[in-house]
Amino acid sequence: MSATDEGAALGSGVPGGEEVIRAEHVSKRFGPVTALRDVNLHVNRGEILGLIGDNGAGKSTLIKILTGLHRPDRGRLLYDGTEVQLRSVAHARSLGIETVYQDLALIDELPVYLNLHLNRELVHRPLPFLRRGEMKRRSREALDSVGIEIPSVTAPVGRLSGGQRQAIAVARSVHADARLLLLDEPLAAMGAREGGQILRLLDRLKERGDLAIILIAHNYGQVVDVCDRVNLLQHGEITFDRRSADTSVAELLELVHAEYRVGPR
Amino acid sequence: MAQTETASPPPSPAPVSAGVGATAREAGRVVLATLVRRRELSILLVTIAAAIYFSVSSGSSFNTTNNYHIIMQYFAPWAIIAAGEVMLLICGEIDLSAGFVFTFTPFVMMSFYNDGATVPEALIGALAVAAGVGLVNGLIRTLFNLSSFITTLGMGFFLEGMAYIQSGGEPATPPLAGGLQKVLGGWRWSELVWALAIVALMQLALSATRYGVYAQASGGNPVSAAESGIKVNRVKIVTFTLTSLLAGFTGLLDQIRVGSFDPSSGGNTTMFMAVASAVIGGTALLGGSGTVVGALFGALLLGIINDGFNLEGVNAYAFDVVIGIAVVVAMLFNVYLTSLRNKVLR
Repeated sequence: MSATDEGAALGSGVPGGEEVIRAEHVSKRFGPVTALRDVNLHVNRGEILGLIGDNGAGKSTLIKILTGLHRPDRGRLLYDGTEVQLRSVAHARSLGIETVYQDLALIDELPVYLNLHLNRELVHRPLPFLRRGEMKRRSREALDSVGIEIPSVTAPVGRLSGGQRQAIAVARSVHADARLLLLDEPLAAMGAREGGQILRLLDRLKERGDLAIILIAHNYGQVVDVCDRVNLLQHGEITFDRRSADTSVAELLELVHAEYRVGPR
Repeated sequence: MAQTETASPPPSPAPVSAGVGATAREAGRVVLATLVRRRELSILLVTIAAAIYFSVSSGSSFNTTNNYHIIMQYFAPWAIIAAGEVMLLICGEIDLSAGFVFTFTPFVMMSFYNDGATVPEALIGALAVAAGVGLVNGLIRTLFNLSSFITTLGMGFFLEGMAYIQSGGEPATPPLAGGLQKVLGGWRWSELVWALAIVALMQLALSATRYGVYAQASGGNPVSAAESGIKVNRVKIVTFTLTSLLAGFTGLLDQIRVGSFDPSSGGNTTMFMAVASAVIGGTALLGGSGTVVGALFGALLLGIINDGFNLEGVNAYAFDVVIGIAVVVAMLFNVYLTSLRNKVLR
């Protein structure tokens, strides 16, 4: 529990540039249930923040607030240093906040290039016919730019492997000019090999330097490997905030485990 | 799921002596790939085969303008309604009431007309009511999350009853004359022109517009579609409305052609033939994929078989037997083609 005070003391900015999003004293209740108590969190450009916490700690509520699906009861969000009220998912998206959900939100029947442009299809003017050629070209570019190898952009997504599907879901968000990317357990249902491909993809995205990424994961080893910083969410509060270099899998496990032994506060 | 990793290049037949066989096999593979990719083609081939068969076996009676006209009378209404049903099936829905919208709409027109509306006003009013029926179907489906099977089954019975109430069980004479009558079914081939135009437009909407993509996404994976920001319910409601509008329009067109509004016309037979055309044409019942042009060929095939059986004096009941077999075979073929896709299209 002593880690709480230590962690909270850590200031902003590990690598990368300026702050993309900051949550200040965010709380959220659902009827009698307090999902978030007093959350303070920030991510910088070019930084990957790992968000860990036990089931029910409030991770998904926090993500839903950051993506505009829920509004906080108290506290505020600063986006690029200015206070924002995220009115809807569409509003958050228009600001460059993109989420890759666990189910990836891909349509198996549609080809790769239509999935990459889903709900953002390019059409001609004035007759709104699809610009298939242009979408294929841009899809190829988008995939190449993040080093994703897909045999064909016209292949239906249903025919691709789990890792490729995940990569396409990530590429779609990046392609949509994301500035803040939220990844909800992208490695959950993935083998070591495919998980490794995604981690390398995240690494490449970090190197581009223009994205802030929040990665929710259960595998602490992967978190420590790929993230610059780790936040632990416990009972609706961030109780631990430290550079990955300054912590270890053992410490993270101990923290979560200790909390489990102490029980709810 | 991880098949792609083990993807190997097409099996290369090594021995030189097998060169000719390999070329033939390669050509066969290309043909197969084309057939798999363009499902409309395979059903078109079957349709052409059926036409050739009946041309030969029924002598000179098949290839006459009059006979073509008879075939048109069969398939044009099925093809138009199927254009709507294909879109609904792609959305993962179905409209079982379409056949009774076909029956009911002309009597709506009559009641507007008898209440003093002009013919054009009565036509527009009737089409608006037909579209309204689809809107109600769509709203019940999406607001109450009731399956479209139940929703439209109920709507079908409701409309069948309404058609008999409105008509008093008696046929009525369409109050149309002149150019309007000719355009709306009166001219010998007008129904064919409407069918081709509507199928072309709907295929365009499916394959060249965002609406088509949204329909495929809504039927393929509604949750993913919604997470991507697609308004799934709105897409479905629009498609229900469109299908019902097309069914109502077909009812007017077909019964103006016949020259009599008949409360026993259309109904479940018409609806089932439209759905059968869609399925035979390569549309999956589970949503996500389909083709409007394929449904047109499916309708044409059913029309040719129906007509051919008449020409050859085959018992009319045998037609239903053939349709039953054709629908099941078409579905099996679809399943087979889907699994074949993974092997051939690499």
